[in-house]
Amino acid sequence: MHEMAICENIRVLIEEQARVQNFSRVERVCLEIGALSGVEVEALRFGFDVVMRGGVAADARLEIVETAGTAWCLPCAMTVTIGRRYDPCPHCGSHQVQVTGGEEMKIRELEVT
Amino acid sequence: MCTVCGCGDGGAKVEADAHGHDHHHGHDHGHEHGHHHHHHHGEGGALDYGAGPAGTSVPGMSQARLIQIEADILGKNNGYAAANRARFAQAGILALNLVSSPGSGKTTLLCRTLRMLAGEFPSAVIEGDQQTSADADRIRATGAPAIQINTGKGCHLDGHMVGHAVDHLDPADGSVLFIENVGNLVCPAAFDLGEAHKVAILSVTEGEDKPLKYPDMFAAADLVLINKTDLLPHLDFDVELAMANARKVNHKVRLLQVSARTGEGMAAWLDWIRGARLMALSGRTPQAAE
Repeated sequence: MHEMAICENIRVLIEEQARVQNFSRVERVCLEIGALSGVEVEALRFGFDVVMRGGVAADARLEIVETAGTAWCLPCAMTVTIGRRYDPCPHCGSHQVQVTGGEEMKIRELEVT
Repeated sequence: MCTVCGCGDGGAKVEADAHGHDHHHGHDHGHEHGHHHHHHHGEGGALDYGAGPAGTSVPGMSQARLIQIEADILGKNNGYAAANRARFAQAGILALNLVSSPGSGKTTLLCRTLRMLAGEFPSAVIEGDQQTSADADRIRATGAPAIQINTGKGCHLDGHMVGHAVDHLDPADGSVLFIENVGNLVCPAAFDLGEAHKVAILSVTEGEDKPLKYPDMFAAADLVLINKTDLLPHLDFDVELAMANARKVNHKVRLLQVSARTGEGMAAWLDWIRGARLMALSGRTPQAAE
């Protein structure tokens, strides 16, 4: 997808935090990336190292928490887990499913010094 | 937030203003990665800085600490998009974000749409491409005001660029604003521009499996136009299969078949626009007291 652009956004957010919260070095960055967010985690890891160079998070460890895709199945009237957007409901096979979770793309926390 | 996709450097420019006279508003932010985008207008995306265990910041404090920020990575873009959306709501403007692969016939479809709607209500166009103002020129030939955004190396429009373009274009109250995104079925899905609807265009010279290959875009679209249907007799394209695939990723999506070349199916698309415009007008928010 646009993992480099996402890394640029992460760097801007981190450097804003560095100013506001007074830190000069980030040891660890923890992201939450949903299975349906469209982000390729491997590409994000690659982009992260490149984009963070020369900044407060240049040597930071990147931790990614991947959250599952969840959806509400209309025929079953229950929440089910899906791996991809076009997956049918694992119980009834219907495509009448409404995605309810797994689209997150967030910075959860930073460990800083 | 400038958008840089897959490359270290890329300047977005809003150029060629709507009235055609020659003053360029070049916003050329040459930058290395990690720049801060200093712009004089409102920042959206407020962050909660006080949530972490070290809620207060102590100057000079150096021990390791944990800061929980729970910040949405695209929060800044979402802030700009929300500002655009509020502005459209106030002016009763219907904004449509047209997305597709390159070569699906977006610009031809748009030109025909504008000619058919001419005189009915005002329309305006924001054209996104990596380079050239060729498309905006084609649009202006229909009589509709258009502004070109060149994204440089960027692969999508973002809320910030669109906000600027709207400043320059200044669409009339009650008008329809067509935003033709960069031809790309991947990145534009994630970047909200403040539009009322995303409209995806899929041409019959592409594969029926496009909605499955690029599910994020088809999941984000409210309407899919299957374009170039005049070519169907010459192709093996299975329209029913393409529609079934679109419904697999988005069971609520509306689907229309059109040919921008012959005009077949255009009436239904225009009706859809009229309906959506009425919704935008009826949902118009009152002007804030000054």
